[in-house]
Amino acid sequence: MLRGVRFRDDKDFSGCSIFGMMNASGMRFTGAPMLTAIANMKERSNGLGGGFATYGIYPQYADLYCFHMMYSDEAGKSDCEEFLAANFSIEQAEIIPTSPCEGVGEAPLLWRYFLQPRENPAPACEIQDLDDFVVQAVMHINAVIDGAFAFSSGKNMGVFKGVGFPEDIGRFFRLDEYEGYIWVAHGRFPTNTQAWWGGAHPFNILDWSVVHNGEISSYGINQRHLEMYGYTCTLFTDTEVIAYAVDLLVRRHGLSIEDMASVLAAPLWTDIDRMPPREKELHTALRQTYGSLLLNGPFSVIVSNLSQMIGLTDRIRLRPLVAGRNGDWMYLSSEEAPMHLVDDTLKDTWIPSGGEPIVFQVEDAVAVAQGEEMLSGVAPGG
Amino acid sequence: MKIEVDRRAGLPGVFTRKNGGIEINASQLHYRELNNMVKGAAAEGSREIVLDNVYGQRYIGSGIRKPVNIVVHGVPGNDLGAFMDGPNITVDRNAQDGVGNTMNNGVIVVHGRAGDIVAMGMRGGKIFIKGSVGYRAAIHMKEYRKHRPVLVVGGDTQDFLGEYMAGGMVIALGLGRENGAGIQAKHIGTGMHGGLIFLRGEVEEYQLGKEAAGAAAAEEDLARIRPYVEEYVGYFGGDADDILKSGFTKLWPKSSRPFGGLYAY
Repeated sequence: MLRGVRFRDDKDFSGCSIFGMMNASGMRFTGAPMLTAIANMKERSNGLGGGFATYGIYPQYADLYCFHMMYSDEAGKSDCEEFLAANFSIEQAEIIPTSPCEGVGEAPLLWRYFLQPRENPAPACEIQDLDDFVVQAVMHINAVIDGAFAFSSGKNMGVFKGVGFPEDIGRFFRLDEYEGYIWVAHGRFPTNTQAWWGGAHPFNILDWSVVHNGEISSYGINQRHLEMYGYTCTLFTDTEVIAYAVDLLVRRHGLSIEDMASVLAAPLWTDIDRMPPREKELHTALRQTYGSLLLNGPFSVIVSNLSQMIGLTDRIRLRPLVAGRNGDWMYLSSEEAPMHLVDDTLKDTWIPSGGEPIVFQVEDAVAVAQGEEMLSGVAPGG
Repeated sequence: MKIEVDRRAGLPGVFTRKNGGIEINASQLHYRELNNMVKGAAAEGSREIVLDNVYGQRYIGSGIRKPVNIVVHGVPGNDLGAFMDGPNITVDRNAQDGVGNTMNNGVIVVHGRAGDIVAMGMRGGKIFIKGSVGYRAAIHMKEYRKHRPVLVVGGDTQDFLGEYMAGGMVIALGLGRENGAGIQAKHIGTGMHGGLIFLRGEVEEYQLGKEAAGAAAAEEDLARIRPYVEEYVGYFGGDADDILKSGFTKLWPKSSRPFGGLYAY
């Protein structure tokens, strides 16, 4: 069983590495600079997990949900495909192309499916809203179907991850053959949970992806709160709750990115006390309503979707994050050096304050996300 | 003569000796390889070690106990100059986290910005940062008799400056702020029990940790920080008189043993 395959962690503490790069005009570029950048922070990971999320890679199927699947065996695959066929029209099914790569051990079966939800699905799911339907389907696969794990479920985007150093995982998945306008990467150094293929970052639901450095000591209460809204945590890794919390707060409850950040990394009460009346009322209400989604513990994260790349640290910044901007090129990174390594003309870099979201926005986001604007080009460091 | 090295294509590890010094192309070198070369050069008496194409290599200059000049072209990695005892390190771009971690003696000059925990546990010597620094600068900086570390920051610091600070001195010049604006950092001097912090402009009570006290710096305080401001101006330019006359706030610990009763019954 896929979830049974674990890799021991030697408890040699360091930190994870996170790196994000985007082009605000929606110009698509290959994963080459991402491999350079994440490999530069090799000290921060220990070979027990690496992964990437990238946006804009499937423009020919931009209106279809793309599921990336891991299967431990053919039985998991056939069970899952039966479920998919009952609930979706499968427009395309294919093996995710990989190349053998030193440093990447035995991989699960890796498949991807371009899907359109059926109007009359099987009773396991109910259609209310297409996105909700897809979330239910992912939860069902990951919690119920043995040996099958959906690790990417958005449109025109994909997650690629596994056990290994991130630059090896990137070569394994041949990321220099994909072109996206937002890329995020993660090098894992698991400290609290054991490593397995599904437990590598990014964590994804719909087009939300999260890469994370830190640990979430509030995992238990966050998980219980999210369960009330139909999110089942199945991945044995604290980061999973961030992806579901962001989906709940922004997509379903309609909060702005800033308010979402104020829930996850809420201002201290002493800061709220000094706010002007309206702001004070807002932040008090957010803390009262969403207290169970406050993320306790040290973290820096990059959250991304089809139109944004967002950096956030815990409110007292117990994990590193640096931001950079050079014209249309935007960067978020655990360390300063990799940004300069890929982009030697980069001058404008800064250290975000704790709890303050750095929101990098793609212009003409709708057209770019739907693949209508198809600019491709060479990125710095590409 | 400085050798022109292609920033990407140069062969890693190639070095050139000249005038009692050595120049090393650090491109793609792992920090262990690079630091072995640097330590080797320092041990055989090189007066100057120039490092080109540095991108994120950690611990540069760490543990070296000789007064050698180390010039870093690029962005050095975390813990630059950690535990060092004597070298002068100059960086032409930004530095990362942990500059001068537990350093004992020497000088670090950064012609850019630096990250979090600059001067963490610093025990002696001086650090000059041209721009701003991140969170928790001078955390647990300490002093002993004549060993009094000094950190001078040209811009501002972020929150938790001087956390658990036990000695030494921090001076933040706040250059480049909007007119009239003060430092924005909070939780300054949380747990502070030694040393002094000087911040240009005024600081509100809510910005201080409860173990720190503050008041406007007096003439004698300004005289005390003047040599360090002049040294900063010597490295990066500016006018020391202009900086000093714009007014500083001095912060000091309310108690030398704020946690003395914590575990006593």
